[in-house]
Amino acid sequence: MSLPRSPEAATLDRVSAVIEPTESPAPVGRDFPAGFLAARSRPGETITLGLMKLSAWVSIAITIGIVVALLIPSIDFFRQVSVMDFLFGTRWAPRFANASFGVVPLVTATLWTTLIALCTAVPLGLGAAVYLAEYAPWRVRKLLKPILEILAGVPTVVYGLFALTFVQQTVLRDWLGFTTGAFSVLAAGLVMGVMIVPTVASVSEDAMSAVPNALRQGSAALGANRMQTTLRVVFPAALSGIVAAIILGVSRAVGETMIVAIAAGSQARIVGGPLEQGLTMTSFIANAALGDSRVGSLAYDTLFAVGLLLFVITLVVNAISIAFVRRFREAY
Amino acid sequence: MTRTYTSRARELVDTPSPVISCTDVNIYYGKFRAVSDVTLEFGDREITALIGPSGCGKSTVLRSLNRMNDLIPGARVEGVIDYHGQNIYDRGVDAIEVRRRIGMVFQKPNPFPKSIFDNIAYGPRVSGMQVDNMEELVEKSLRDAALWDEVKDKLKQSAFGLSGGQQQRLCIARTIAVQPEVILMDEPCSALDPIATMKIEDLMQQLREQYAIIIVTHNMQQAARVADRTAFFTAMASEETGDRTGQLVEYDTTEVIFERPADQRTEDYISGRFG
Ligand SMILES: Nc1ncnc2c1ncn2[C@@H]1O[C@H](COP(=O)(O)OP(=O)(O)OP(=O)(O)O)[C@@H](O)[C@H]1O
Ligand SMILES: [Mg+2]
Repeated sequence: MSLPRSPEAATLDRVSAVIEPTESPAPVGRDFPAGFLAARSRPGETITLGLMKLSAWVSIAITIGIVVALLIPSIDFFRQVSVMDFLFGTRWAPRFANASFGVVPLVTATLWTTLIALCTAVPLGLGAAVYLAEYAPWRVRKLLKPILEILAGVPTVVYGLFALTFVQQTVLRDWLGFTTGAFSVLAAGLVMGVMIVPTVASVSEDAMSAVPNALRQGSAALGANRMQTTLRVVFPAALSGIVAAIILGVSRAVGETMIVAIAAGSQARIVGGPLEQGLTMTSFIANAALGDSRVGSLAYDTLFAVGLLLFVITLVVNAISIAFVRRFREAY
Repeated sequence: MTRTYTSRARELVDTPSPVISCTDVNIYYGKFRAVSDVTLEFGDREITALIGPSGCGKSTVLRSLNRMNDLIPGARVEGVIDYHGQNIYDRGVDAIEVRRRIGMVFQKPNPFPKSIFDNIAYGPRVSGMQVDNMEELVEKSLRDAALWDEVKDKLKQSAFGLSGGQQQRLCIARTIAVQPEVILMDEPCSALDPIATMKIEDLMQQLREQYAIIIVTHNMQQAARVADRTAFFTAMASEETGDRTGQLVEYDTTEVIFERPADQRTEDYISGRFG
């Protein structure tokens, strides 16, 4: 007895019967005039391509322009103030008679607000992302994700007022009875954290949802529970996206201006604890830039030196995180 | 021409000594009944093949055997699927424990984006198995899956560097590392070339000494080559609702199914005259 024929084999026979050569005249597209393969010009495509190239170069040029605009006044600044005095000096009094340009107080305020914001945003954001990507029924997810994204669109000045009046006055002072003044890096940091939650949640949720379901099934089939699957398979596979989400959060926290300008305070002293007030790098720039610094004056150049430092900090954070992701990610 | 069926290599008793038995199983996706009234027993240390046209519910039945259907929203199983005297769909049964004992290999190889070693160690680690020597367990699993010689020098490298056939054997190794009793395979060779397919078939023959294997396949020759018993499913309009629903047509030793099937539909399907 012969082997049973598979349905596939039967189909193949039928197909080969169809493509048997025929004697009918050559169909359209079978004529070969001279130069039939010659390159043809397609003006529409050329123009589109040109426009896209242009936009790519314009954005690069603008970035370089910004860096140069930051650098030139900063160079003037560092002609008058030594880099060491700037980076390690602990007294920030640029407008006093015996002026001092130690940026450490500003950096401590920025560090505190950023750290507090991250301690709020990372757990909340990742928690929300894990819930949305791994646990929520799709109905809930469809409802929650846009809401989260709306939260990201609330103007920061609204968050600033919320931090100043509700969090600092009502929660920290009245309800919790903390001894703190009108401002604190804690109130500003917490609210800033809430502001960043949607960014962290949304970007890391996208990264986790992009992990193929086949991996989750494989994990479940080996007797892993959902949490194990999430932590040991989905998380490492989505690591680069999750780190990107956190970096985006850090960048926003370091660069956030309105909330800290309103709620963190305005005295440039080294911040020793979360209940103290402090002047961050961004609030210094915002406050001073409103003033009457003459172009080319030392006060004017100071703004750019602080701006340059902010820029460098963000770059370093990015570089570290890229190295981290290279080292630990499990690409699928 | 004579053909040797694996069933000849070992005397098969008329009814299998069952490791899993399904009784009146109906499986639904939402309101849609994908499979109706399936009753059959899967033998211990036997290879059972599930065959039938596309959409007849083979994968659905297979997934119901280790509660992988739980992962699909809206999927629901009625009836009894008995495993060692316990209906695995009873309340209070831990699906995770079920899956640890009834493992699964998927159609498309799905290694984790981890090293070869970590892929194998994953199951034992998450299920909290007491493992004295993980290196040994990994080696044994890879040997049992006939992959050891090919990967022994690159255990720390990513599993994604392996070929499709090697990845599939890695997935089998990963499954046997948790020492299940039953292995479910859903078209495990459909993404592989004939040589890789042969290796997996040889492997299944060896694994049969220790495990019960249930395999879904579209490849008639494969079923004939490897399976002790074969179940033929098809999709038919149900008598009650008129919806197309998967049903078990015939279940017997592979020899009977391929040589002298009792049902005309089975005969038509295996001889290629169907759908
Ligand atoms: N996740 C799902 N949600 C809804 N319906 C499904 C789902 N999976 C399968 N079905 C339906 O159940 C029926 C059986 O599907 P199943 O995948 O089990 O068939 P199959 O026999 O494995 O087919 P194939 O040979 O093509 O893999 C089909 O009608 C299919 O549309
Ligand atoms: Mg299938």
